[in-house]
Amino acid sequence: MSTDTETHEGGHPDTWFESAKKIYPMATHGLFRRIKWTLLFITLGIYYFLPFIRYDRGPDAPGQAVLIDIEHARGYFFFIEIWPQEVYYLTGLLIIAAVALFLMNAVAGRIWCGYLCPQTVWTDLFLWVERKVEGDRRERIALDKDPWTFGKVRKRVTKHFFWLMIAWWTGGAWVLYFNDAPTLVWQLLTFQAPMIAYIWIAILTSTTYLLAGFMREQVCIYMCPWPRIQAALTDEKALNVTYRWDRGEPRGSLKQNKKLEAQGLPAGDCIDCFQCFQVCPTGVDIRKGMQLDCIQCGLCIDACDNIMTKIGKPTGLIGYDTDENIERRLEGKEPVYEIVRVRTVIYAAIIVVVGAIMLFTLLNRDFADISVLHDRNPVFVEQSDGTVRNGYAVRLSNKRRHTRSFMLHVEGMPANTLVEAVGAEANFAGRPIIEVGPDTTREVRVLVTSPPWTEMPHSTHVTFRITESVMGEVVTTNDTFKAPGKP
Amino acid sequence: MADTHDKEIDQISGVETTGHEWDGLKELNNPLPKWWLYLFYATMVWAVIYWVLYPSWPLVSSYTKGILGANQREEAIAAYDKGVEARSEFADKIVATSLEDISKDQELLQFALANGQAAFGDNCAPCHGSGGTGAEGYPNLQDDTWIWGGTLDDIHTTLLYGIRTENDDARIGDMPAFGRDELLSRDEINQVSNFVASRAGVETDEGIDLAAGQVLYEDNCAACHGDNLEGIQEVGAPSLMSANYLYGKTLPQIKAQVSNPRNGVMPAWVDRLDPATVKSLTVYVHSFGGGQ
Repeated sequence: MSTDTETHEGGHPDTWFESAKKIYPMATHGLFRRIKWTLLFITLGIYYFLPFIRYDRGPDAPGQAVLIDIEHARGYFFFIEIWPQEVYYLTGLLIIAAVALFLMNAVAGRIWCGYLCPQTVWTDLFLWVERKVEGDRRERIALDKDPWTFGKVRKRVTKHFFWLMIAWWTGGAWVLYFNDAPTLVWQLLTFQAPMIAYIWIAILTSTTYLLAGFMREQVCIYMCPWPRIQAALTDEKALNVTYRWDRGEPRGSLKQNKKLEAQGLPAGDCIDCFQCFQVCPTGVDIRKGMQLDCIQCGLCIDACDNIMTKIGKPTGLIGYDTDENIERRLEGKEPVYEIVRVRTVIYAAIIVVVGAIMLFTLLNRDFADISVLHDRNPVFVEQSDGTVRNGYAVRLSNKRRHTRSFMLHVEGMPANTLVEAVGAEANFAGRPIIEVGPDTTREVRVLVTSPPWTEMPHSTHVTFRITESVMGEVVTTNDTFKAPGKP
Repeated sequence: MADTHDKEIDQISGVETTGHEWDGLKELNNPLPKWWLYLFYATMVWAVIYWVLYPSWPLVSSYTKGILGANQREEAIAAYDKGVEARSEFADKIVATSLEDISKDQELLQFALANGQAAFGDNCAPCHGSGGTGAEGYPNLQDDTWIWGGTLDDIHTTLLYGIRTENDDARIGDMPAFGRDELLSRDEINQVSNFVASRAGVETDEGIDLAAGQVLYEDNCAACHGDNLEGIQEVGAPSLMSANYLYGKTLPQIKAQVSNPRNGVMPAWVDRLDPATVKSLTVYVHSFGGGQ
């Protein structure tokens, strides 16, 4: 971890607070920059355009491929429709997401932070705008020091205008996931959208604008818990963005190191050009080793490789490597790269198992459901004709898009047991036929009455079974029938 | 904020200390980020703004009201009125629909049961119990024993006008006080009570003339309770052959009820609850399962 004593030496020793030092990341190019651009296009492309993808579910259902319908308590993802009680799918998804983070970390450090985290992606986009409008690092530093001329004002206004446009679009895209996108866009443009939509857009516009425009690396260093957690998840075999100090040290200017080499003295490959530091979006000197502030975006690798190519040295002075390998090279051994280790195998296995369970439950999802709640007061009723009656609140769910009828049968009771559902007709066999509307639930009060003068035990296990009338889909659940008998 | 203490730099970390020291342990002055501090100030400013806008400070007998005039009590009343209005569509439909037909409409039935359950908890549960199981002196609404009838219409009438109330349409049926009003002697009460007990399967006293008791029953009780003790619903005379006696099914309790009877009162709800609620209650009580 960095102790950052320099900042205090240059700061104000009398104050109780510290101004964040503004960071001016320099542009660079290379493999990792290209990877970051590609991922930025993919992730933001998905985020901004996904709500507009249509998916036909029939006339009475929303036609949006990805939609969280809070009002009707349904979640849609292409062919999947989730009811609130099926939100455990989300649990599975979150487990996979968490373990995927662990796996990334065990394989190659903070991949999430460096390439995929929204904070990183939007900051990258905002930095691109800043660079296009105000110029690269040097020009921006100079511009900050410049007096307020017309040119400076014009640049600043332009930059903030584009930032706010991106931020507004970000907030706008968010609310589209909760409403029919084309309808809401039209409503927004004609100022007829519900107030809550404008409020959410305002909130997310301001957070995007503030976090990506101003807070930037402060979010990663002070607000995010992931840097702390990842320190506990990494090990000596995990790849991390590493300065190979075994090769770079002792560092010195190009001239000085050439002189040393000529004298046969040890000279490192690092020419102390500070390019790695200047391109860093969090203002880290990677040569100090792994540190909390480093989000491992790999841009210093690009910067260093470009310099090494220019001075005719092999690239890779900074690269994805492990501390263990540096030690091995110092001892004259070959470096080893073990991606397949116990922990990566366990993480991968958890992802596969949870994914398989989710897929299985999804493919075997019931389109009907029954839940039964036994009356608590009274638990049973003895009647004058020698019968015992139990009451239940039975809720049937019909997850299809058309009205369906279900026949209710209670198994485990003696012959001639009476099963009635309040408000539902019975069929010729005396079994209630309960009709449930499309994509909804219905609660019925079910009364189960034992035959007259039949000795019933204190508690009888019974099974409530519903059978759909057309396709014969069967769903069951268990409960008990209580009577005054001995336990 | 800046103290006047001597500036001291910690040797190990190179950070200035605050000057606070406990047994040789010194506190380092690692500064907070500036934006963090400003956020802290912003919360203080927000608190002051809140005091001005909203009710906040308690005074001796009142409180500061705030200039926005926010009042959660009024909001709650408005929300309640809105709820009543939202229910009115169903409530009107309940009033317009016959009791038998309510259960044929899924939505209407669901509304009636929910509305009935809420009203039952507020108005009926104190006597009849939250599950409608009653208590001694308060009829059980779950079972199939009904003194005044258990059809939808019977229950509705009982709910509307009550039993032994001031209401003109109330159900009236008084058990005479044979002992208190000296209609029968103590011995005669003993005999007739033992006769009823013997028929209802309750343990009787030794050496009682049950034949005399039967004669007394036929002369004094059969007019209301029936020749075969089966009771007559129209006058609210319960069956004495039932498993359930409202005031207890032991010999002393039977004697007490003959000698100095209790005649319980059920309130009339016609003036206290709106018609839709009384109808909802009827459907709800009938749905317990004992309804006929």
